[in-house]
Amino acid sequence: MAYFRMTQMALKWAISKPATNPYPFAPRVIIPGSRGLLTFNKDTCVYCSVCRKKCPTGAIGVNRHQKKWAIDRLRCISCGYCVEACPKDSLALSTSHGSPAVTKDREIYQGEMPAPKAPAAAPAPVPAG
Amino acid sequence: MARTVIPFGPQHPVLPEPIMLDLVVEDEKVVEAIPKIGFVHRGLEKLVEKKDFHEFVFVAERVCGICSFIHGQTYCQAVEQIMGVAVPPRAHYLRTIWGELSRLHSHLLWLGLLADGFGFESLFMHSWRVREKVLNIIEATTGGRVIFGTCKVGGVRRDIDTAAMQSLLAQLAVIEKDMREIVDVFLEDNSVKRRLCGVGVLAKDDAYQLGCVGPMARASGLTQDMRQLGYAAFGELTFQPITRPEGDSFARCAVRCGELFQSVDLIRQAAARLPTGEIEVKVTGNPNGEFAARTEQPRGEVVYYVKANGTKNLQRFRVRTPTFANIPALVKLLPGCDLADVPILVLTIDPCISCTER
Ligand code: SF4
Ligand code: SF4
Repeated sequence: MAYFRMTQMALKWAISKPATNPYPFAPRVIIPGSRGLLTFNKDTCVYCSVCRKKCPTGAIGVNRHQKKWAIDRLRCISCGYCVEACPKDSLALSTSHGSPAVTKDREIYQGEMPAPKAPAAAPAPVPAG
Repeated sequence: MARTVIPFGPQHPVLPEPIMLDLVVEDEKVVEAIPKIGFVHRGLEKLVEKKDFHEFVFVAERVCGICSFIHGQTYCQAVEQIMGVAVPPRAHYLRTIWGELSRLHSHLLWLGLLADGFGFESLFMHSWRVREKVLNIIEATTGGRVIFGTCKVGGVRRDIDTAAMQSLLAQLAVIEKDMREIVDVFLEDNSVKRRLCGVGVLAKDDAYQLGCVGPMARASGLTQDMRQLGYAAFGELTFQPITRPEGDSFARCAVRCGELFQSVDLIRQAAARLPTGEIEVKVTGNPNGEFAARTEQPRGEVVYYVKANGTKNLQRFRVRTPTFANIPALVKLLPGCDLADVPILVLTIDPCISCTER
């Protein structure tokens, strides 16, 4: 009878496992290839600023002289444009979503400075995006 | 009988997004509806002055959260036309596949919202359960769940290799089976029929004169589907627009249900013919000229007008979204209906307010 079209489906689901995943008690199902947290490798980065110029949201800040690379996690939309643009493959998108960003601080990475001839100048702030 | 004005929205349980209707009612009958839009205007069109035309794809995709991919694709098509870029055939096919996946998830979302709108909660849950599987395919192939981010001027960013395509098709077979179950309830169940049949009838002539687009027009018997223009790979695939003659809410539901299976079929056709080769071409220089691109979104025809002046920033960018074209029809449908039918009627145009207001 056309009134009970749903009943068959309802009965089937009454005896099957729930379709949902009881996160956080069960681990998140990670889909390979998903665009998640942007990761930065300071060992290969040459601080060329290409990523800063490309980023559509202005999330990245780069200071070439001080070898600083910074990201504002709240602004990053995980689009992957910087990953594509980076000439040194220093950037990658991981499948993890990372811990939630709760402050507006930028995550700053300091590259290794060449040891002797760097003059001891007062550290200037990283230029905004 | 005294008239009363009841505000419907901008915050209302059936509305995922804010639109406001001032309903003038006499007793329980609506006599007039006055729409007000503009609650989520974000000024995206103006942003072309800040973002260069390559970057702007990301903005175009965010015009709408549901039909995001097709927005990006339409924008790219317009810029590619201006620049005379020949997109590789494989990219065209991949765009087609993703476009149809986005139609699948949009229609399933809408079916869920409709079921929720008439109080059929379990049907709503099941529609969204199936939608989740579509989102998983999208995430596996593009990296994003609703914002695909794979379209770029000159092609696409990601490829779908043979193994991924096989898994996509296997999952699609499961999804199709699940969809048959829920569509059967939508189209056959008497309680659904009694809620939708004969509610909000829009005659074919009215649909034409009010400039309806998409499923709204097709449910009133207009055979109008922008995919017939043959953009992307649609020119090489065979399909017929799904139409219904009745023009009521049930017809609009049936058209979208039919389009679910049509999309599955189109994805299969595209996957079977997927050519090998490059997925993008290098784009150099800046666009100079103007173009209006039209594509078929889940909600209907979208028009992108792009004007460029030879610099890296576009001069003018304008979007006419399908919901905007369907609002006059909604205003026409509401007078004379019961107050209790208003949520259903508002839902049947598949309102997507944030893209209407950009
Ligand atoms: S583009 Fe790559 S190498 Fe250049 S600054 Fe950014 S992360 Fe470093
Ligand atoms: S992923 Fe996108 S938004 Fe995030 S830093 Fe890179 S370019 Fe910017």
